[in-house]
Amino acid sequence: MNPTQLVEQDLLRTDLPEFAPGDTVKVHVKVVEGKRQRIQVFEGAVIARRGFGLGETFTVRKLSFGVGVERCFPINSPIIDKIEVKTQGDVRRAKLYYLRDRVGKSAKIKEKRN
Amino acid sequence: MKNKAVVGKKVGMTQVWDDDNRVVPVTVLEVSPCRIVQVKTEESHGYSAIQVTFGEKEAKKLSQPEAGHFAKAGVAPGTELLELRLDDVSEFDAGQEIAADIFEAGEMVDAIGTSKGKGFAGVMKRHNFAGQRATHGAHLVHRMPGAVGQCATPARIFKGIKMAGRMGSDKVTIQSLKVVQADAEKSLLLVKGSVPGPKGGTVVIRNGIKKASN
Repeated sequence: MNPTQLVEQDLLRTDLPEFAPGDTVKVHVKVVEGKRQRIQVFEGAVIARRGFGLGETFTVRKLSFGVGVERCFPINSPIIDKIEVKTQGDVRRAKLYYLRDRVGKSAKIKEKRN
Repeated sequence: MKNKAVVGKKVGMTQVWDDDNRVVPVTVLEVSPCRIVQVKTEESHGYSAIQVTFGEKEAKKLSQPEAGHFAKAGVAPGTELLELRLDDVSEFDAGQEIAADIFEAGEMVDAIGTSKGKGFAGVMKRHNFAGQRATHGAHLVHRMPGAVGQCATPARIFKGIKMAGRMGSDKVTIQSLKVVQADAEKSLLLVKGSVPGPKGGTVVIRNGIKKASN
């Protein structure tokens, strides 16, 4: 057991679905504008998950007006309202950084067939 | 003004989230209740301090003088005896217990511990020297200190020149760390930032002498 778990176990989020690199997810992020709070959705492919425990993060990549945008979220962060897994990807690596050099059809992730 | 202190063990580092959902790096300290064994005052000892112990120690492992010392205070024997120098000890009595809740979240504290031993370290690591060039004919001198003195006058090296040697295992104080959480029930104290020493190392947490709160 990790000795700092005493602090961490209360802060770990258990309400989020399981997802892996290659999956397409919709991340609902709480955005505070002045005093108002609203939900912003960031949809894209998970290209990496790193770390463990409270410090675990995941990176989501999407194409916005032809420009690649990546956003890294701490998985236990309270700013995440919810995560929807849209599709599961069929990939062979844990880190899909090769997608950064690709555009068009070669940047597509195969969908997992069950 | 040093007026309160407590002893803890470093558990390790992790992170928590603050009210604005920002990540705060914290050091977790296990602060089991410290029992005051002796109160030293200006009149009795020439300086003011409280002597504390924590944890448990088997009675048969105590030396007789130790056993007598604990018995006099009426305190269960602990693993270590530590003295906490404080300016005002009038509020403390032998037998009293101090827990993590003497501090509050938001308060500034100083952490005093023994840094990790680094062994025999060179000048670049020990004194932040710049080292020498990587190319242009440099040979086996990349991490060397360079010149350490003059010539026939004074024909010796001055005392106190920074050189390689044993590094670490020193008493280190880090001032003005913010208390993120103080939980007496779980015996935990969370302090923002790092604290000297290895995991399991003994750390004295004292109220901040430069800043009381942020």
